[in-house]
Amino acid sequence: MWDYSDKVKDLFFNPKNTGILEDANAVGDVGSISCGDALRLMLKVDPDTDIILDARFQTFGCGSAIASSSALTELVIGKTLDEALKITNQDIAEYLGGLPPEKMHCSVMGAEALHAAIASYRGEEWSDDHEEGALVCKCFAIDSALIEKVARENSLRSVEEITFYTKAGGGCQSCHEKIEDILLAVNGPQSTPVKVAMPVKVATPAAATPTGLTMVQKIQKISAVIDDMRPQFQMDGGNIELVDVEGDTVKLAMSGSCMNCQSSGVTLAGIQERLMLTLGRPVRVIPASFPHS
Amino acid sequence: MTSAYMDNNATTRVDPAVLQSILPYFSEYYGNPSSMHSFGGDVGKRLEEARAHLQSLLGAEHDSEVIFTSCGTESDNTAILSALAAQPNRREIITSTVEHPAILSLCDHLERHEGYRVWYIPVDRQGRIDLEAYTAALSDRVAIVSMMYANNETGTIFPIETLARMAKAKGAVFHTDAVQAAGKIPLNLRDSAIDMLSLSGHKLHAPKGVGALYVRRGTRFRPLLRGGHQERGRRAGTENTTGIIALGRAAELALEHLEYENTVVRALRDRLEAGILGCVPHTFVNGDLESRLPNTSSISFEYIEGEAILMLLSRANIAASSGSACTSGSLEPSHVLRAMDIPYTAAHGTIRFSLSRESTEAEVDWVLAQTPPIIEQLRRLSPYWGINGPVSNGTGFAPVYA
Repeated sequence: MWDYSDKVKDLFFNPKNTGILEDANAVGDVGSISCGDALRLMLKVDPDTDIILDARFQTFGCGSAIASSSALTELVIGKTLDEALKITNQDIAEYLGGLPPEKMHCSVMGAEALHAAIASYRGEEWSDDHEEGALVCKCFAIDSALIEKVARENSLRSVEEITFYTKAGGGCQSCHEKIEDILLAVNGPQSTPVKVAMPVKVATPAAATPTGLTMVQKIQKISAVIDDMRPQFQMDGGNIELVDVEGDTVKLAMSGSCMNCQSSGVTLAGIQERLMLTLGRPVRVIPASFPHS
Repeated sequence: MTSAYMDNNATTRVDPAVLQSILPYFSEYYGNPSSMHSFGGDVGKRLEEARAHLQSLLGAEHDSEVIFTSCGTESDNTAILSALAAQPNRREIITSTVEHPAILSLCDHLERHEGYRVWYIPVDRQGRIDLEAYTAALSDRVAIVSMMYANNETGTIFPIETLARMAKAKGAVFHTDAVQAAGKIPLNLRDSAIDMLSLSGHKLHAPKGVGALYVRRGTRFRPLLRGGHQERGRRAGTENTTGIIALGRAAELALEHLEYENTVVRALRDRLEAGILGCVPHTFVNGDLESRLPNTSSISFEYIEGEAILMLLSRANIAASSGSACTSGSLEPSHVLRAMDIPYTAAHGTIRFSLSRESTEAEVDWVLAQTPPIIEQLRRLSPYWGINGPVSNGTGFAPVYA
């Protein structure tokens, strides 16, 4: 079973604002039965003040879809339409005390329903540009549709490029085979390196050999890896910095949303793995605080 | 009674008699069966007894046709990879669209990365195999046919003997994933055309982490794991002695309870099914009702979603599972239900109840008492549901599809 927050469970078992809102003047129907989620959001908007006086929902979906819908109604009641439009799926997820990465689409559906309802009230056309595929990267909740789209639009050829553009594959790295498969589908068999079974007597990769590194060389190599990964953290409004190296222990400081993100542990593990590959020897990465704070 | 375990196709409780039989092999007779000293006690002998019990359960001609593995998935992988390695000139595989991922993921991999051609034989609305498509796919290019004995989600039993004989006529190896069937329906491999069969311990009241692969004598075999001499060199690696002894005892018990399973358990399942269908509208049973495991019931509750049902059932201490997308993290509902062309609105709301010889009348009563209000509660929340039934198509709910 999913590890739902208490708030999600509470709002699933005791959802607020359910059922039909008889005098609704803004209705948004979104979702997809094939994805197993569909939501009707009904709003009663005061025409003079644009304030949302009441909100109700009906949802076909899993526990977190129902909880997200309930959260949405609670978030919008009392807000003006313009204020409501500022609500993002992140706000819904936050209100719920977080959602498993596989379930973030439930909060996205909530935000979409809100936009659709407000568009219907204002007589505007609302179109959904959201596409969903199977979840590939569990650390950063990136699905196959996004990876495919970005790979196609930017002619990406390698897993590293995908990680740089989408963050997918930047954490625990266990989705790299899936990403390679997507690249193969997008680019055809010629353009991606074919995986070959390694013969036993293959030369050890150069990266795995440096044994006699001086401390300075070692720190330079570690810094290069950290610099290489920094853009991923900055995309999340965070940062990462090398604090110290003691023997085989590397101390890193991380900040921003990465810190609170449930995958920060995984991210540390991902960095550790990259460092081991680069240095060719086991290292241990431990979190530290920024030296200047 | 305030709880009900209806998820025996996922896993079963280890039978207390099975547990008792293995405890000394953790603490007293912990030696390696390959060692010359006596710390292994009679453990080597116990392994051979276990093999004999498996032989009886399967109705196999020789006990040496049983190879112990770590799980059903290992057995499945071993069978397919062995058949391919042993017949390098045959580059095609036949399987069905409703197999377990242990078969489907491997076939998909072999197709995309190893250049094999895979034929996925479709099923009809009742989950029955399309014999015409199967006949058309069979040829002397086929190395192996792998068809599940009984489906894990619906319990539908394939006509395995017919399928096996047809495969043999083309010289193909025939493998069946009998993980759900073994211990629930009689098997007689002595008089069968089946070459290989997989089973798993934890589906028949043995612990997780042990399985077996039956390989008919004379079938060309290539091991998956190479190393020591264990299992006559066909599956290297120190034996999971406690797991194997447990599986042997569990096989013995399963054989003893075979009739019970097909009379008492079947009656419990039928009462559960009829009870739910009788009082919850817009509900139907999936699978081939003429040919189905006695313990499995797949019920679609239309217009609501399975994970939500499971969460409410779980709050009522009822364990079941769903064919819904949301429980697995993928967005598509169960590939089995989709292959059967069950509409999305129903596939998402499908719940599998699976019983065992440990299931009781009281458990069935509890499920029958708890389920209808849960379904009603979720339908009240559903935009596809009106006051007393589904909203009609013209005036109904038509979301912008993602």
